[in-house]
Formats: sequence, structure tokens, C-alpha cells
Amino acid sequence: MEDWQHGGFGLYLHWPYCESKCPYCDFNSHVAAQIDQNAWQRAYLAEIDRMGQQTPGRLLNSVYFGGGTPSLMAPELVAAVIDRIRATWPMTNDPEITLEANPGSVEVGRFRGFQQAGVTRVSMGIQAMNDQDLRRLGRKHSVAEARKAFDVARGCFDRVSFDLIYARQDQSLDAWRIELGKALELAIDHLSLYQLTIEDGTAFADRFAKGGLRGLPSEDLSAEMFELTQELCDAAGLPAYEVSNHAKPGSESRHNLIYWRGGDYIGIGPGAHGRMTLNNTRWATEAIKSPALWLEMVKAGKSPELPRSALTAEERGLEYLLMSLRLSEGLNLDRYQHLSGTALNARKIKDLSDMGMLSQTDTHLHATAAGRMVLNAVLRELVVA
Amino acid sequence: MTQLDLIRNFSIVAHIDHGKSTLADRLIQMTGTVAARDMKAQMLDSMDIERERGITIKANTVRIEYPAKDGRTYILNLIDTPGHVDFAYEVSRSMRAVEGSLLVVDASQGVEAQTLANVYQALDAGHEIVPVLNKIDLPAAEPDRIRQQIEDVIGLDASDAVLISAKSGLGIPDVLEAIVTRLPPPKGDRDAPLKAMLVDSWYDAYLGVVVMVRIMDGVMKKGDRVRMMQTNAVYGIDKLSVLKPQMVDIAELGPGEIGIFTASIKQVRDTRVGDTITHERKGCTEALPGFKPAQPVVFCGLFPVDANEFENLRDAIEKLSLNDASFSTEMETSAALGFGFRCGFLGLLHLEVIRDRLEREYDIDLITTAPSVVFKLHMKDGTVQDLHNPADMPDLTYIDHIEEPRIKATIMVPDDYLGDVLKLCQDRRGIQMDLSYAGSRAMVVYDLPLAEVVFDFYDRLKSVTQGYASFDYSISEYREDFLVKMSILVNEEPVDALSMMVHRDRAEARGRAMVEKLKDLIPRHMFKIPIQAAIGARVIARETLSAMRKDVTAKCYGGDASRKKKLLEKQKAGKKRMRQFGKVEIPQEAFISALKMDS
Ligand SMILES: Nc1nc2c(ncn2[C@@H]2O[C@H](COP(=O)(O)OP(=O)(O)OP(=O)(O)O)[C@@H](O)[C@H]2O)c(=O)[nH]1
Ligand SMILES: C[S@@+](CC[C@H](N)C(=O)[O-])C[C@H]1O[C@@H](n2cnc3c(N)ncnc32)[C@H](O)[C@@H]1O
Ligand code: SF4
Ligand SMILES: [Mg+2]
Repeated sequence: MEDWQHGGFGLYLHWPYCESKCPYCDFNSHVAAQIDQNAWQRAYLAEIDRMGQQTPGRLLNSVYFGGGTPSLMAPELVAAVIDRIRATWPMTNDPEITLEANPGSVEVGRFRGFQQAGVTRVSMGIQAMNDQDLRRLGRKHSVAEARKAFDVARGCFDRVSFDLIYARQDQSLDAWRIELGKALELAIDHLSLYQLTIEDGTAFADRFAKGGLRGLPSEDLSAEMFELTQELCDAAGLPAYEVSNHAKPGSESRHNLIYWRGGDYIGIGPGAHGRMTLNNTRWATEAIKSPALWLEMVKAGKSPELPRSALTAEERGLEYLLMSLRLSEGLNLDRYQHLSGTALNARKIKDLSDMGMLSQTDTHLHATAAGRMVLNAVLRELVVA
Repeated sequence: MTQLDLIRNFSIVAHIDHGKSTLADRLIQMTGTVAARDMKAQMLDSMDIERERGITIKANTVRIEYPAKDGRTYILNLIDTPGHVDFAYEVSRSMRAVEGSLLVVDASQGVEAQTLANVYQALDAGHEIVPVLNKIDLPAAEPDRIRQQIEDVIGLDASDAVLISAKSGLGIPDVLEAIVTRLPPPKGDRDAPLKAMLVDSWYDAYLGVVVMVRIMDGVMKKGDRVRMMQTNAVYGIDKLSVLKPQMVDIAELGPGEIGIFTASIKQVRDTRVGDTITHERKGCTEALPGFKPAQPVVFCGLFPVDANEFENLRDAIEKLSLNDASFSTEMETSAALGFGFRCGFLGLLHLEVIRDRLEREYDIDLITTAPSVVFKLHMKDGTVQDLHNPADMPDLTYIDHIEEPRIKATIMVPDDYLGDVLKLCQDRRGIQMDLSYAGSRAMVVYDLPLAEVVFDFYDRLKSVTQGYASFDYSISEYREDFLVKMSILVNEEPVDALSMMVHRDRAEARGRAMVEKLKDLIPRHMFKIPIQAAIGARVIARETLSAMRKDVTAKCYGGDASRKKKLLEKQKAGKKRMRQFGKVEIPQEAFISALKMDS
């Protein structure tokens, strides 16, 4: 068994356009006056063909339409892409085909079409459960619109998840308790809860650097918010299976698990990353970020990829380590050793376990609840000699 | 070779910022030494660190030609010197190479502490002094009052002081005339055996060791074989030049002239500032008196952040000390920091400058330990030991008493700020010796412990007086006081590099300030960290750095793996700038920042 098979095989497709750019967002997303969906369709299909030739016969577990705002794609485009994928790779019986959706009115009308195209799961960016904060996040929709969109989606898909951003400006612990309570009433079986991150190169980062963007929570408050989140979600039967992802056991996002479990995934679209094991070498792929250039290159029959890099044993170990410790299921010690060629530093593991940051079973290493909150520091300790 | 009576050699001296380098610019410019398009402000301040801080650190020599009103063309060698008290050694060294000084005084500020100190040095060197009142373009300039002040405070005849604005160029022709008419020409005998003074030297990446000389007697030519009289090392001169200010080759240098040579010198140690250079054969028999060695007063340890850089650091220190005779070094080992050097400096700014130059010019990351002065330990067995490093403090039971160096500090300050200055000196265990006035400026003389001054006395003085005070000091004596070693413990482990000697009465306050500072400087860890100051086993101040509570990336999907991996790799590199003490990592900035006090 090749190592990637522990995680499975998926396909990520990036749609780089949005209606407007949110001030906190550092995704490869752009606002464009006109989008030629036909041109994109031809390009995506060409890329699927190119990737298919490199990984023939592989059993595909999942497809993910991410963005940007993929719910702005024409349902026909989504259908054509899914058809071509099905024609290229054999798929599992009940493949997970997720599409990221914004709760805007434009998109809602397309949900049925996405369902007919083959989409099985929607992940919706609701972000906040009060209108004032939605505005401060630069979102164009209201809570009422989001609830309506969510209802429509539920009517079309068995599996609907949504995202919230918390630890926002001037958000108190009590306000978050109330907001999360509402979210849990709405949630079905999956929920992503992200603490607001000020990402380099965003409008928020600019404002922050200039001393604006006041009222962000202190480290202590954001720790308390995180703890509260775990407590309320546990009680609601949606425990965290990953740092920011909660699900009823069995309803986890299979696609995202591929990343965290170190599976292979094909990346298609501008800026998309992939990991492909070919003849025992694991390649990191990355496409050119600019949507216009990407499209131009694919149109011209060229590969839009940046030079691929072959991951060394050390890098493979490192990636597996930093992804798997995010999961409650943790890291398989044998697998790590097999991948990287060396075992993790036993003394460091013991020190971190004594501090209550890690726990170990015969086969696995886990970050404890305390360890997960300071996972970056735990990883630093483990990898930085 | 130039006729002696057509040569004038002089230094430009003044208190810091009174306009020496700007005056040098004008002299260079008006004599056409440098083309207009190549001029820039303070052009002799060529080091990055000089330009950033806007001060001169190294003395610089330039040869200019001046066609005087008497119809003859003179060769002038000017040396622009630094004004800050920490670089006073550069000034005294430079003065030995010349016969006169231009004493620049800012006509809006008047006589300051270094003005006085420079006059005494110039008189000591037997110089003719021409007073120059600068910045007369400023509305606040009061040339008449300042002229009077020079006479009252210094006792120097200022009736024919030259009035200039170095900035606008006003009065510069008068300065040039004063140089040729009022300063004496050098003396020397062309036919005597070669006797040259080694004035300065530095390491040049292309040329190797470059030596600057002032010829006293005889003639030096390219190809000559010369001997360094202190070390007896013999070299053949490869290149002989003068500085204009770039190097211009010259066939020979005669008496009274200043120039540079290279000679494939391998041993950096062979070029000692103040040494006498003569010909290998038929050389002179008597060496020049040489320079008084500089007395370092502040010591600290310099350690490479990366232990593998030790050899590079050794090499860099050797090359730098060539360029700065006032800085002394010896090897040191520290339990926590490994191999490094204990270095002596003339003051804190000097320390900072050397550290900066090592880091920049030689690309070595350094950890600097707490600055300290030399204490004298009078042992019970009657012997006396010098303590350069608090980490080396022997067991108290062997010590009878401890003495510390005291200084005589002269501070000149406008009346309005006098109260603050007195308070600062009092807080630093000072004893007032004298207080007098020259107009609305007060001159206070204090007896202060040097240890209290090496911390941030100078910075504090500047800040309480908004920059209007000037300060000069000289070491006076060693005196007994109730001194103790204060150690710092981080997570219960002593950090030897942070231990220091303090007065018992000030230990609590100093200890408290240190632990509070360190609490801010050490990043949070996954566990809480007690930070303590202690005298022996007794803890006198304590802070606790609470444990880190949250540090985890919120979103990490397929595209983030590479980013996250790079971040960890960067942190691996960043870790090099940290030092491990037990389980705790201390960033190197903490070592120096912890010592800057705010009160
Ligand atoms: N208004 C005015 N400013 C001047 C004059 N001469 C110098 N300055 C300014 O005074 C400041 C200090 O000048 P420098 O020439 O660097 O002084 P310095 O004496 O060489 O200083 P150090 O080398 O650090 O001791 C600079 O900002 C100059 O521009 C002048 O004649 N008039
Ligand atoms: C690709 S994005 C969003 C998809 C969709 N375009 C939307 O905005 O609804 C995936 C999720 O990441 C989260 N996110 C984006 N930027 C974030 C930030 N700076 N801090 C925290 N969460 C963020 C948001 O919850 C978002 O829904
Ligand atoms: S958060 Fe979503 S909608 Fe907003 S700019 Fe980013 S990808 Fe587009
Ligand atoms: Mg200067």
C-alpha cells in the first residue's frame, strides 16, 4: 500500500471569482466585470484531461469546488466538469462532491441546478449571526438572507455545512455564546468555526498596521472563546474532529480529511495546490495564481503549473505531522517513521506529554485539548531541534 | 615632496554636532578637492552607522590644496574628528599627527563639555588653536556673547575668532586664510633617517591592511623596506598614496606630510597605532613617544549567536581593532553562551557602535552581555583582584571589601533643566562637587560611580534636558562601597550573562526593573516562567511570565501545507537568534534591552 492511500484521493477545483472582495480574505479571489464561463469550462476540462493522463485508473473519493465563490459558476459548467471527472477517473459509490456557496440571492436560484449536476454537499459561508458584524466583515448578505439560503440548500442537498468567523472585533464571550447557540440550532451535522485571522496583504491587515481595527480579542479572550466553542459543540453532539471543524461522528468532510490524513489530491485552477504520488515520488504542484494568465496558458495548450517540487522524506514527514496533529484521530507513529525515515524525538514527546500537550497510545500520537490550543508551539517544539 | 612652509596640518575639533564635518565639507568643496557633483553632506562620514546616526565615529583625513592670498599654494591636511565623548581617543590620537586645531563652537549653543575637553587636549598636544564660531546663520546665534563665553570659561583669546556658517559657506575663505596665516607649519628634517608616526590603520577588503602615517623626518618612497619599531616586523611598501579623500598615488612622502601605504601586511597585530616606522636599514634609533593607551571603562561579553561563527568573530574582532585602538578584547567562555570575547570600550555608545559594525561589516549575529565596569576585589588574604565580569565573582567569604571606579562628570546645562539634572545625578549615587554659572548655563561637577553611568545615564540626561545638556567625564579614583552581585534566574536557572554588580541600596529597584523588562522581552512559553532577581540565595524581585494560551492556525487546507511548512522552516532559522536556558528560550535582544532602564 502506498502511503497516500491512507488518506485517499481527491480533486480540488478552484473558482477564482467573487461578487466583492471581503476585507479579511486572502484567498485567491478576484472581482471581475465579465467572466466567460465557456472559456473557463474549456480550460477546466483540458486540465482534467491533462491530470487524468498522469493518474489513470485511480479511484477518486471526493471532489471539492472551492474559491472564490464557486456558487457563481453556471450549473452547466459545474455539470460539465463533474461529467468529465467521472469520465476520467473511476469514482467511489457515493462520492462526496462539495461546492462552496455564498448565501447571496444570485446563488440560491442555482442550488437545484448544482444538485442535478451531481453536487452532493454544500458548504455555506454564513460567517456571523448578526447583521452588524456581517457588515463589519464586509459581507453583502444579511442573517435573514443567509437563513433563507440555508433552507433552500437543505431542500436540495442531504449534506449542508456552514462557516462562521468568530473572535471578531468587540465580540464578548457572552455574545459568542449566544451566537454559537443560534448556529448550533441551525446546524445539521457539520460546522466550521474559524477564529478571525488577520492575514498579510488584506484590507484588514492594512487597517491593523495603521492602528485601526481595534477591539480584537486578547490572547486570553480568544483562548476562552475557543474553549467555550469546544464545550458547546461537544454538548450539541458536534465535537471537533479538527481544530476548526465540528461534525456528528460519520459526517466529517471527507475531502478535507484527505488533506489532513496525507492523501493525494489533484489541484485544478489558478493558484490551486496539489499533491501527487507518481512512481513513489510525492510531488507538490501549484498552478499560476493569476486567473487571466492561467486561462491564457491553458488556452494555449500549455501547463499552467509552476515547476513541481519533489518532496523529500523529511518534508513528507513534516507535512504529515503538521496536518495530522490537527485531527482528533492524531498521527500514526509507524506511518510517520516510515515516511520520514526517522522517529519523532522521544524526549520532546515525553516533555510535551508531561506538560499535558500530547497523549500517546500504542499506535498514535494526539494533541490534547490543551495542546491543540497551542498547536503551533507544540509543532515548533517537535520539529525545531 | 612639499616644502615644509607650504604645509599646514590641523584637526577640526568641537563638541558633538557643532558642525565639524559640515565645515570639512566646505573646505573640501571650496578648494575644488572633490567635484561638485560628487559632494554630499558630511561626506567624510562614510560608514553606514555614521550616516544613520548623523555623527562622526572615526576621524578622517583629507589632503587639500589651497592657493592662498599670498600667491602660494599650500597643502592642507585636515582631520575631521568625532565629537562624542566615547570617541575622545580618536581625537587625542589625531591631534598627535598635526600642529594646530580649528576649535568649532556652535554660536547658538556656546561652550559645551567636549569643547572644554578638546581645548585641554589641544593645549596638551602643543597646538595653536583657531576658534571658529559656526552656525551664525541661525536666528539664535549670539556670536558676541559666545566669544565672551570662550574667553571667560576657557580663557582663550577669541577676539579674532572666525565667524562662519558651515552650512551656507559664509566665512569659509576666512577660515582658509586663518589656517595658513595663524597655524604653524610642521617641522622636520628631510635628510634625517625616516621617522614616521603610525596614526591609524584599517582593513580594506581589496587592499588588505592600510596604514596611515605622518612623516616626522626623512622620506618614504614606494618600494622602501620599512620596519615597525615596536614589533620589528619588516615590510616592503607596495602602494603609497594620499587621501583626497579617495586614494591618489604619490611617489614619496616627506616631512610634515600625511599619507597611507599598503605593504602586504599579514599580521594585523603588526600595525599598532602610535608605533614609529623607519627604514629597515639606516633607520632612526629613537622611537616617538607613542600614544597613551586608551583605558576601556565599560566591559561586556560578545558571543556569536551561532557557535560555529566563533572563528569568524575572532577574525572580525582582529580586523576591527586594527581600526579602533581604543577597544580591547580577550577570550571568554560562558556556561550559557559558549565561546566569545570579553571586550572593553570607552563608553556605551562605543560598545553599541562596535557591536553594530561587527554585525554589519562582518555579518555575524551577536549576543551582548550586561555591560559592566572593573571592580577591585580586596580579598581577605590581602590580594587585590580585578573583576571584569560579574559572572566571575568569587565566594563572598573570601572578600574583604569591594571598590568601584568613580568619575568626575562635568555637565553643562541651561538653567531650566538644572533641577532634573541634579535629581538624575542624585539618583545615580552622585555627590555634587561644584556648581557655577556662565550666563544662563549652569556647569555642575559631580562625583559619580562609573557603574551608574554606563547604564543609560547619557540617554537619560539627553531626555530630561531635551538634548540641551552636554556631558564629559574622566575617571577619578577607586572607592569602597557596599556592592553586591545580583543574579537573574529564569525558570529557576541562573543566567550568568545577565548577572551584574549593584549597590546594595539600589538592588531592589534595579532587580525589579530587570525582571519587569525581562517579562516583556521573553516570549510566552507553553508553561509559566518565574523570573527572579537574587542576591546570593535571597530573592529580591520576582515576576511570573504566564503560559501561552492560544497559538494555533485556524485554517489549514490543501494549499496551506506548503505555507505552514515554510513557516516552520523560518522558525527553525529564527531559533538561531534565541538562546536556550534550561527549557526557556531567550531572544538575544533581551540581553541588551534588559539593561536599558527607564528611570
Ligand atoms: N544652521 C546651520 N546648521 C549647521 C551648520 N553647520 C552644521 N549644521 C548642522 O548641524 C548638524 C551637525 O553637523 P555635523 O557637521 O554633522 O556636526 P559634527 O560636529 O561633525 O558632529 P559629530 O561628528 O557627531 O560630533 C547637521 O544637521 C548640520 O547640517 C551651520 O552653519 N548652520
Ligand atoms: C474560501 S473561504 C469562503 C468561501 C465563500 N467564498 C464565502 O466567503 O462564503 C472559506 C472560509 O474561510 C473562512 N475565512 C476566510 N478568511 C478568513 C480569515 N481571515 N479568518 C478566519 N476565517 C476566514 C471563512 O469562514 C470562509 O467561509
Ligand atoms: S471570503 Fe469568500 S466571498 Fe469573500 S472574498 Fe473571500 S472567497 Fe470571496
Ligand atoms: Mg562629524
